[in-house]
Amino acid sequence: MNIPENLKYTKTHEWVRVEGNKAYVGITDFAQGHLGDIVYVELPEVGSLVEAGEALCSIESVKAASDVYSPVSGEIAEVNDALEGEPGLLNEDPYENWIATIEMNNPEEVETLLDAASYAKHCEEEEEAMG
Amino acid sequence: MRKTPLYEKHVALGGRVVDFFGWALPVQYSGIVEEHLATRKAAGLFDVSHMGEITIEGKDALKFINYLVTNDVTKLVPGKVMYSPMCYEHGGVVDDLLIYMYDENRFLLVVNAANKDKDYQWIADKSKKFDVKAEDVSDSYAQIAIQGPKAEGILQKLTDVALDEMKFYTFKDRASVGGVDLLLSRTGYTGEDGFELYLPPGDAGHIWDELLKAGKEEGLVPAGLGARDTLRFEACLPLYGQELSEDITPLEAGLDFFVKLSKEDFIGRASLLEQKEKGLKRKIAGLEMVEKGVPRHGYEVKSQGKSVGVITSGSYAPSLEKYLALALLDSDYVEIGREVYVDIRGKDRLAKVVETPFYKRRYKK
Repeated sequence: MNIPENLKYTKTHEWVRVEGNKAYVGITDFAQGHLGDIVYVELPEVGSLVEAGEALCSIESVKAASDVYSPVSGEIAEVNDALEGEPGLLNEDPYENWIATIEMNNPEEVETLLDAASYAKHCEEEEEAMG
Repeated sequence: MRKTPLYEKHVALGGRVVDFFGWALPVQYSGIVEEHLATRKAAGLFDVSHMGEITIEGKDALKFINYLVTNDVTKLVPGKVMYSPMCYEHGGVVDDLLIYMYDENRFLLVVNAANKDKDYQWIADKSKKFDVKAEDVSDSYAQIAIQGPKAEGILQKLTDVALDEMKFYTFKDRASVGGVDLLLSRTGYTGEDGFELYLPPGDAGHIWDELLKAGKEEGLVPAGLGARDTLRFEACLPLYGQELSEDITPLEAGLDFFVKLSKEDFIGRASLLEQKEKGLKRKIAGLEMVEKGVPRHGYEVKSQGKSVGVITSGSYAPSLEKYLALALLDSDYVEIGREVYVDIRGKDRLAKVVETPFYKRRYKK
């Protein structure tokens, strides 16, 4: 499983890359692997406000719909339109293909997220729990 | 969870095992879409050992089954298979099943895993007035399905049976495949040509491996429950619990062809006849999403803000690259081209009624 060192993570399997006050948000390799073939991404609306821990958007795999939770609070600045036509990009490379960028209104929240090592441990525990 | 004789194979092949009505079965191996497309293009191998098998034997066997199901079993001949719903008195469906005729006094019924115990109870109960014996023989059979345009060629490597001469919905009671005596049936649940093998559980692992080996070059892949569902969905083959249920009659499900109201009396006939004469209030129809989104089982279908039906099955259709659904709709809304809305988790998305089946079935004539 791929867990890049330079990103921050949530327990709900989103990743964040911070550039200044802007956060790129996507789903992790663990998430795409467990979802299976992603067939639709319902992107959030540019300009809308999200709180950390709230649903940011939803992703549909062949079998089910799943929410993606926002790791940070702020305003949706951009969405990755390419995912509308090619949702499978999230399976191919979940780290290259971000879902949205968020103009953070509380950048300290990033400090509360998991680093790569902690996230890797969290994934192992979930795998074990799932048997 | 109960394990099929092929459980270890699924684990070794990297299958993602889930609880399917109490059975530990793989939902996918490499991925649902890949397995789906491989089955359409080449062939897929499915473990369907969870299916239930019930034998009916005795001098009234034919008469009894004809009373039990909606299709006309008197049209069956030894070596042929028939599909039929089995109804309650009120016309709702107990289950849908395959009927294998060995001879006039001996039949095999193949039923859904989730319904098996209920079905057996129902059948045993109804059999009391007839000179027949019903027996649940599910534990005596493993079942493997090989489906897809390459299925015949692959299977032919393992048997002397002239497969080219077998028509769809026929079977060989005792065929030798890979050195194992088994029941070989040209049937399936994918919309493709293919075969289903009913065999002793102890031989299942060996035959599974032999088939995978024989089909390697042709592109045969192991396929899980996920692909089985998307394949049957595209071909609009009904699934019990979705298009059929205790509350949905076979007429509403569009299975008129399998309901022979003019044959002698059968369970549910009066109710079905009345429903047909009065006209159907609702019907299963095909929907294609005009606005994007994935319609799923249980989602409400609306027109002008009011409910006009419910999605019974919905999915992204991998071969057709569309978002499609089967829905039980108010009969006023089922004409082709009619626009309706699907409530996809709180948002109404435009859809239109389209022809079914979505995917043209490719059976061996």
